[in-house]
Amino acid sequence: MNPFRRLRELGLVGMNRRNAAYILEHNPRRRYPLVDDKLLTKRLAEAAGIAVPKLLGVITSIRQLDALDTMLDGREDFVIKPTKGSGGNGIVVVTNRLGEHWRRASGLPLSRDELSYHVANILSGMHSLGGLPDRVMVEQRVRFDARFDAVSYRGVPDIRTVVYRGVPVMAMMRLPTHASDGKANLHLGGIGVGIDIADGHTTAAIWRDRPVRLHPDTLASVLDLEVPDWDRLLELAAQCQTLCGLGYLGVDLVLDQDYGPLVLELNARPGLSVQLANRAGLGPRLDAVDALKQIPHKACARAAIGREIASTCA
Amino acid sequence: MKDLHVRLLALSLTLIGLGTAAYKAEVLGLPLTPDTTAEVWTVDMRVQLRGHGGPVRVDMPLPDSDTGFTRLQEEFIATAFSAITDGEGTERRAIWTARRARGRQTLYYRLQLTKGTTNLAQQLSPVPGYPEVPDYGEPQGAAVRGLLDSVRAESADIESFARRLVLRYNHPSGDDRVRLLRDGVTHAEGHVRNLIQILAGARIPARVAWTLELSKGMRAQHLQPWLQVHNERHWIIINPETGATGLPATRLLWGTGKRPTVHVEGAKVVEWGFAATRTQRGVLAVATQRAEDLGSLLVSLSLFSLPVQTQSVYRILLLVPVGALIVVLMRNIVGIQTFGTFMPVLIAMAFRETQLVVGITLFCLVVALGLLVRFYLERLRLLLVPRLAAVLVVVVLIMAVISVFSHRLGFDRALSVALFPMVILAMTVERMSVVWEEAGARDALQKGLGSLAVAVLAYLAMNQPQLAHLAFVFPELLLVVLAVALLLGRYTGYRLTELWRFRTALREWERP
Repeated sequence: MNPFRRLRELGLVGMNRRNAAYILEHNPRRRYPLVDDKLLTKRLAEAAGIAVPKLLGVITSIRQLDALDTMLDGREDFVIKPTKGSGGNGIVVVTNRLGEHWRRASGLPLSRDELSYHVANILSGMHSLGGLPDRVMVEQRVRFDARFDAVSYRGVPDIRTVVYRGVPVMAMMRLPTHASDGKANLHLGGIGVGIDIADGHTTAAIWRDRPVRLHPDTLASVLDLEVPDWDRLLELAAQCQTLCGLGYLGVDLVLDQDYGPLVLELNARPGLSVQLANRAGLGPRLDAVDALKQIPHKACARAAIGREIASTCA
Repeated sequence: MKDLHVRLLALSLTLIGLGTAAYKAEVLGLPLTPDTTAEVWTVDMRVQLRGHGGPVRVDMPLPDSDTGFTRLQEEFIATAFSAITDGEGTERRAIWTARRARGRQTLYYRLQLTKGTTNLAQQLSPVPGYPEVPDYGEPQGAAVRGLLDSVRAESADIESFARRLVLRYNHPSGDDRVRLLRDGVTHAEGHVRNLIQILAGARIPARVAWTLELSKGMRAQHLQPWLQVHNERHWIIINPETGATGLPATRLLWGTGKRPTVHVEGAKVVEWGFAATRTQRGVLAVATQRAEDLGSLLVSLSLFSLPVQTQSVYRILLLVPVGALIVVLMRNIVGIQTFGTFMPVLIAMAFRETQLVVGITLFCLVVALGLLVRFYLERLRLLLVPRLAAVLVVVVLIMAVISVFSHRLGFDRALSVALFPMVILAMTVERMSVVWEEAGARDALQKGLGSLAVAVLAYLAMNQPQLAHLAFVFPELLLVVLAVALLLGRYTGYRLTELWRFRTALREWERP
C-alpha cells in the first residue's frame, strides 16, 4: 500500500501541511515577537492573570553581570534563559548552591566563571533565533509536582499542549532523561508521553522515535499516570490563545508543587512529535475545530470543546 | 481561495514563459540546444569602375527577398559613393551616386545569407497569365509541335512535362527536331529563352531565373540562367541542363526575368561579378542578428544587448534560480535538512570552478579543520562576533595552506579553492559546531551531509550545458521556475523523509 496514503489515513499532519495550512494561515507574523520574546510573553501573561514562573531579574548587557550576584543572593536554585532562544537552547537549570559554585540539574557543577560566560554567550546571541543579541532572563526554578519524580531524571518535565484556534487539541508530557541532559526536548532524547485531553491520563509514550512503556533511567512506567489539576491546566492553555492571538500555538506548561500549573513559554511553531507520542494524528482534530460553526470566547468553554473533540476522535 | 490564486498565477506565469520561449525558438529561430552552428554565406557583388572625374550614377539590381536563403544582413560598401535602395521585390535596385569619381572605384554590395526554413517551391503564387502560342515560322513550327506532342505523350503534369522537355532538349540523340531548334543558339541564356519559347507552344508560363552557384572562395562569378515553370500553383525551378527541379542548397536565386545588369552613367565598368565565402557561425549569433534585423523587441531587449563581460556573469547568475529550485525540492518534497537555506547553492557555484570531486574534498577538508579549530576556540570562551571573525580568519588561512600544498604536490585544480565563499564556510563551521554542541554529533553530521548532498545535486543541475543554455537564451523560462516555486509554496503533502519520521506510526498503529 502507498505509505503516503496510509499516513493520510492515519491523520498525521506533515511539516508542509503544518506550515502551509496552519502556521501561515493562522499565525500572523506580527504576533511572533509576542512569543519569540519570552520576557514579553511573561509580562503579557502576568498582566492577563495567567500563572507563570516568577521572574527574578533580567540582564541586558555585560555590564550588568555583577547584578547577577544580587539577583541570586540567598537563592538555592534558579533558571537562566535567553529571552529569544529556541528549542530549549541556552537554558541552564541550577538546582543547588555548592559554596562558591552551583550545581546544574544534570548534576554537573557550574562555576561562577562558567555561569558568566554562559550569560555573555546568551547576550551575544549565540542561543537565539537568527543570532541576534539577546537578553538573559533569570527566573524561579519550577519544582515539578513530586508525583512525577519517578518519571523524570534530573530535570523538569513539561506539558506541551497544541492549541488550535483557542481549542486545546492534543497534549504530551515531555520527560527529561539522562540522554537529554535534563532537558525535556524530544530531539535531545527526552520522552514524549501522550496525554488524553479528555481526562488527563497518560496513554502512550515514545523515546527516540520508538514506543516505550518505562522511563529508560528510572524504569518506572510512564503510562496511566494522572496529571493533577488537568482542567485548570487545559483552561490555562486555552487562555494563552487570547493572549498572543496565534491560531496554531504550542503552550508549554509545568506543574509546580506549590503553585500548580504555570505557563512556561509559548511556541508559534509547535512540532509534530506530539502525534507520535499520542499514537494519533492531529488531522481529524484540527478538521473538527475547523468544522465548528463558532468558537466560544470563554477559555473554559474552549477547553470543554477540546475534551469533546479528543474523546470523539480517539 | 489562496490555492486557486496561486494556481492561476503559476499557470499564467508558465504560459507566458513557455509562450515567449516558443516564439523565440520557432519564429526567431533561437536554438534550443547549445553549440549548433549554421552555415553563413557572405556574397559580394563587386563592381569596378573607372571614373572620369564627373558625377557617377550606378544602377545595380538587387536580389529578391525569396532567394532560397534567409538574409541576415546587407551592406553597401564604397568609399566615394552613397547608396539608396529603390523598388520592391524583383524590381529592387540599388542606386549608387557620387558627385565626383575619378580613377578606379570599387563598389561592394555585401549580402550575408544562411539557409533558412522558407522553401521556394512551397510559396503559392498566382498564375501570371498563359502565353500566346508564338509564330515560330517553318520548319521550326512543325518541329516544336512534334516535339511537344512526343513530350506530352511521356508526361503526366506540367512539372514532368517541363523536365522531360529539358531532357529531350539537352540530349537530341538523333532527334532532328531538337537539333533544328538548338541551331544557332550558343550561350546558356539563349537556350533557356529557347525552352521558354517552346513551352509557350504548350501555353505553359515560364521565365528565366538568375541563379548563382555558391562555392567556397569563388571569385568573379556571374549569374547563370535557370528555367522557371509555373504549374498553376507556384513556380518550379528547373536546371536547364539536367532537368532537375528545385534549387540546390548552395544555389542562390538572384532574380527572374530580364538579365540583371549594372547600368552606369558617367563612368566605365571595368568588371563586375560575384564572390562568396562561407563561414560557420553559431546558430545563436545568426538568429539574434536576424531578429535584430526584423526589429524584434524581444531580442533587442535581451541579455545579448549587454556587454560580453556582463553576459558571462549572467550566464552563471541565471542558474541560481535553478539551484534554488533544487533546494526547494530537497527541502519540501524530500525533506533534507541543510545549514542555511541557500548555502548549498553558493557551494554548488564554487564547485563549478573546482570540479566536483576536488570541490567535495576541499569542502570537507575546510569544514573539518574549521570545526577542529572552532572546538578549540570554544574552550577560550570568546564572544560571538570575535569568535566568528576568528573562525573566518582560520578558514581563510586553511584555504591558503591547502592551495600552497596542493600546488606543491601538483594539483593545480585545488588552487581554485579561493572561489569558495569563505564567509559562508565560516558560518557553516560556526553553525555546525553549535548544533554539534547542542544537539549532538549525529544531528550536525546529518545536516552537514545534507548540505553537501544538496550542493552536489544543485551543482549537477547547474552544470548542465543544456540547462545553462536554456536559462541564458530563454531567461523567460525562469518564470516557469517561479511558477513551480509558487506551487511548491502551497504544497501540503508529506515529505519523503516523513516516511522515516513517522515510521512507528506506519508500522505499529492500527488502522483507523
